[in-house]
Amino acid sequence: MSVTTEQVETRVVETLASFGPDQSQITRDATFEELDIDSLDLVELAQVVEDEYGVVLKGEDMKELKTVGDAIDLIVARAG
Amino acid sequence: MTQPPHRRRVVVTGVGAVTPLGLGAATLHDRWAAGELGISDGLAACQEFEASEHLSVKEARRLDRFSQMAVVAADEAIAQAGWVGEIPYDPLRVGCVIATGIGGQQTIESQILVMKERGAKAVSPLGIPLYMPNAATAAITIRHSLRGQSYGVVSACTSGAHALGSALRMIQYGDADAVVCGGAEASLTDFGIACFTSMQALSQAGVSRPFDLRRDGFVMGEGAGILVLEEEEAARARGAEILGELAGFGSTTDAHHITAPEPSGGPASRAIELALRDAGAAPEQVDYVNAHGTSTQLNDAAETAAIKRALGEHARRIPISSTKSAIGHTLGAAGAVEAVATLRTLVTGVIGPTLGLEVPDPELDLDYVPGEARPLVTGNGRPPLALSNSFAFGGHNVVLAFRGAAR
Repeated sequence: MSVTTEQVETRVVETLASFGPDQSQITRDATFEELDIDSLDLVELAQVVEDEYGVVLKGEDMKELKTVGDAIDLIVARAG
Repeated sequence: MTQPPHRRRVVVTGVGAVTPLGLGAATLHDRWAAGELGISDGLAACQEFEASEHLSVKEARRLDRFSQMAVVAADEAIAQAGWVGEIPYDPLRVGCVIATGIGGQQTIESQILVMKERGAKAVSPLGIPLYMPNAATAAITIRHSLRGQSYGVVSACTSGAHALGSALRMIQYGDADAVVCGGAEASLTDFGIACFTSMQALSQAGVSRPFDLRRDGFVMGEGAGILVLEEEEAARARGAEILGELAGFGSTTDAHHITAPEPSGGPASRAIELALRDAGAAPEQVDYVNAHGTSTQLNDAAETAAIKRALGEHARRIPISSTKSAIGHTLGAAGAVEAVATLRTLVTGVIGPTLGLEVPDPELDLDYVPGEARPLVTGNGRPPLALSNSFAFGGHNVVLAFRGAAR
């Protein structure tokens, strides 16, 4: 399975944007706190990621994530 | 009956509504009084309510429709109370009680479908926070930083009225200085409609015509009604505009049948008597009754019997009308929505008619205000007194007494 960082980034940004924040704010460096993305949103993101890439993200994985970039990198690493 | 002990008085300083007649408490009452119907194709949906016009993407997707409507109605009530910017009380002294018959029915149904189609792991983590019956209460407390007592109330079609009664007691007893209270319901789903249809509760004709000989069931509605209650002295001290007083609350139970009302109206009449005693008022002082008036055979007969038992001969002298004739039955929201309509009646001095009542039932011989709106007439220059009745599947009876502000 080959997933590019760009593909994951597109999917993550699109998913996060559907939760409320403006798409333009969702950069790699943006923190979930700044975007008002909370633990429930991250569980929803994890469901999308699992559906799409077969990557299972548990609660403890999510706790470590601070920025959008952190999430993208973790998903790409696990998918690879 | 003994007089109640001295208690703190409770006034209404704000009202808000989302109903099948549109957005706003004034809209509800004005359109009802003008004879407009919020019913089409046998359903009373809030067609003018679009959550995205009032809430951000994040707010809207985190609330089931019943909570969305409650939040929007609460914003209206809170704005009218003049609480915008800052709440004029210690937040720990402000409560919130929002009722619903069911809660987030649309969420429950959509997530069950997700589970059937895509498995348990696909069920949304937002499922519980959206469908729990206290979700509307929680949303309003978070939005306005209300930190006193808060909870939801469930008693089918008396839910909204019970919420107001609970809020009244909370302030009277001194547990809060102000409470945001009301009810909300949004269960116009295929399943919700099927359930009521199956029990033959809904009008086959799709017409809400309370007290009419041809009445054949209620019309399902949805909506929200919210009131801001404040302790009278505190409200006056801050210069609030007082819309009226929530003067009395009476509640009893039929203990008769799970859906049918007790036909003599005995326990329901007792609820009326208790509300009047609570308000320190005599039956002869009642100027108007906002009836539960569902347009079912059983309710309208039992309610008529209850009003006669409680008010005696005076029952024949006063106007009684049903808001459900215009907006159908908003179920768990009804008690609160109709309390808003009752308050607007006291504020405007205009009584909305019982729409659709054209063929009188010879068994039901009170003045149900058929045809057109009419002025509210008050005896002896005292502030007007109105009752709002609510009765429910489960046998719950709730009556609220509102006194108009002195003019």
